Amino acid sequence: MKKIYGLPGGETLALDLAATANFLVRFIQKELAWRGYEKALVAVSGGVDSATTLALAARALGPERVHAVALPHKESSPESLDHARLAAETFGVKLEVIDITAMVEGYAQQRPDITPYRKGNVKARARMIVLFDLSMAYHALPLGTGNKTERLFGYFTWHGDDAPPINPLGDLYKTQVWALAEHLGVPEEIVKKPPTADLEPGQTDEADLGLKYARADVILEHYLKGYPDAYIERLGYTKEEIRRVKELVNKTHYKRHLPTVAVVSNTAIHEFYLRPLDFRIEL
Amino acid sequence: MVRHAVLQLAPEKGQITRNLERLGQALEAIAEDRPDVVVLPEAYPTAYFLQGGVRELAMTAAELEERLSKLHARVWEGPLDLVIGFYELDKASGDYYNTAAYFELGGRGLIHRHRKVFLPTYGVFDEERYLSRGHSVEAFETRFGKAAILICEDFWHSITATIAALDGAEVIYVPSASPARGFDQARPQNARRWRALAESVAGEHGVFVALASLVGFEAGKGMSGYSLVASPEGKILAEAPGFEEAALVVDLDLERIPPVRYENPLLADLKTGLGLLWNDLERVKERL
Repeated sequence: MKKIYGLPGGETLALDLAATANFLVRFIQKELAWRGYEKALVAVSGGVDSATTLALAARALGPERVHAVALPHKESSPESLDHARLAAETFGVKLEVIDITAMVEGYAQQRPDITPYRKGNVKARARMIVLFDLSMAYHALPLGTGNKTERLFGYFTWHGDDAPPINPLGDLYKTQVWALAEHLGVPEEIVKKPPTADLEPGQTDEADLGLKYARADVILEHYLKGYPDAYIERLGYTKEEIRRVKELVNKTHYKRHLPTVAVVSNTAIHEFYLRPLDFRIEL
Repeated sequence: MVRHAVLQLAPEKGQITRNLERLGQALEAIAEDRPDVVVLPEAYPTAYFLQGGVRELAMTAAELEERLSKLHARVWEGPLDLVIGFYELDKASGDYYNTAAYFELGGRGLIHRHRKVFLPTYGVFDEERYLSRGHSVEAFETRFGKAAILICEDFWHSITATIAALDGAEVIYVPSASPARGFDQARPQNARRWRALAESVAGEHGVFVALASLVGFEAGKGMSGYSLVASPEGKILAEAPGFEEAALVVDLDLERIPPVRYENPLLADLKTGLGLLWNDLERVKERL
């Protein structure tokens, strides 16, 4: 008698990369269209998230309808700018380089007590200011580049890199972005390098977070779906890793919301008065 | 033969006039095929996700009929049957429903109205916060035969199609709006499930199933499409692509239903056997 053993089933982070890419391309096209935009603007850091976003935008709109901009500061790693150039070149998009040193230092000089951490946030917010100004200058919609892992961990500068109105990668974990990047032809040196926000010299994501992305993503997926800790431990993850994941998610919920408003009426926005952001009526 | 056209369209949020105009263009595009019945997705005039905006955009069946009748008179020669999902205001009660209506345009007008019974209120869905439930599934006579309408999640509960088939439906129309999720295969997980359901329900009861599924992006949620028509054997007769507008034109040969059911008489068997299970149905219902 032939015996056949079944698989236990379970959650998967595997993606059909062609289908995912096609869906995200369509997302960019449609979300731009109803907002009245034909062009997109991508701030390219030299990292894998923005390179992948650039690849998708170029495919969605044609490279000539995509503005890429690198926004280095004098303390940024030179490798970041090299990789930003490489990404733009790979996908045939013209790259503009705007140095934010003067903007950031103009403020920092007035605050001698500023720490590298605070200055890192100022850099991210200076980049946001440039991005939105160029958006108006070029009538191009800024694309966000944050992935789901960093969004869940709150590992971004609030009202900085999370500010763009549409975000193709925001529901993909970092490990899924890596796979998609390879599929889209993002150069290997960008995909394989250790991820860094490059806001402070020598910084890496995994050191900042105290977690490896490949492990964090699996824990996150199970935690979000409501699996108990004991179940996640049985998959081979440590109590410390699970605790750290939950800690990062749960101290940053505010970063994924609009600011808190004191509710005093029955028509408070987002509490009582609920409309999807694409809601319009005929007038 | 009853020629059907399933229109998989992408409405613009809240733009009822423009969406009906788009329907007019789609009808003109398929006019040469002379369909008898046109099937549209759930919530077509407004798009699907409205939250509290249902209150601003819902209309009565009479208001929709008037607008469709004007459109029909402008773009179509002869009568046309049309199945369309929309947010309905019942003026007498002040209740709002997720409804699909069967209109005989250029003829008797409103033939049947189905109010969605199973309102998804979990995950990405929040229908019951804004809408009241319908409480009935029934087959109705059209000028071509007997049909029933089930809306989206209604169809995910096999008991609704069972009631429709027992009530005599030969065709089940399923307007739906299904945001794509689960990209581990070329076709998203929700669309795979829809296809499996349509094959299974059509084949179990020996009915035609016509699924009209919305497309378009609604604030990041990509409506998946993959509309289809299934035969009484559970075979897919036509299927639309995902995510883009399309029209399926399919002749439903209702005369095939008796021979197909003769070969696979599950519905007849159910009619006889259902009584045997009645006590158990009552028993489990008591426990709920």
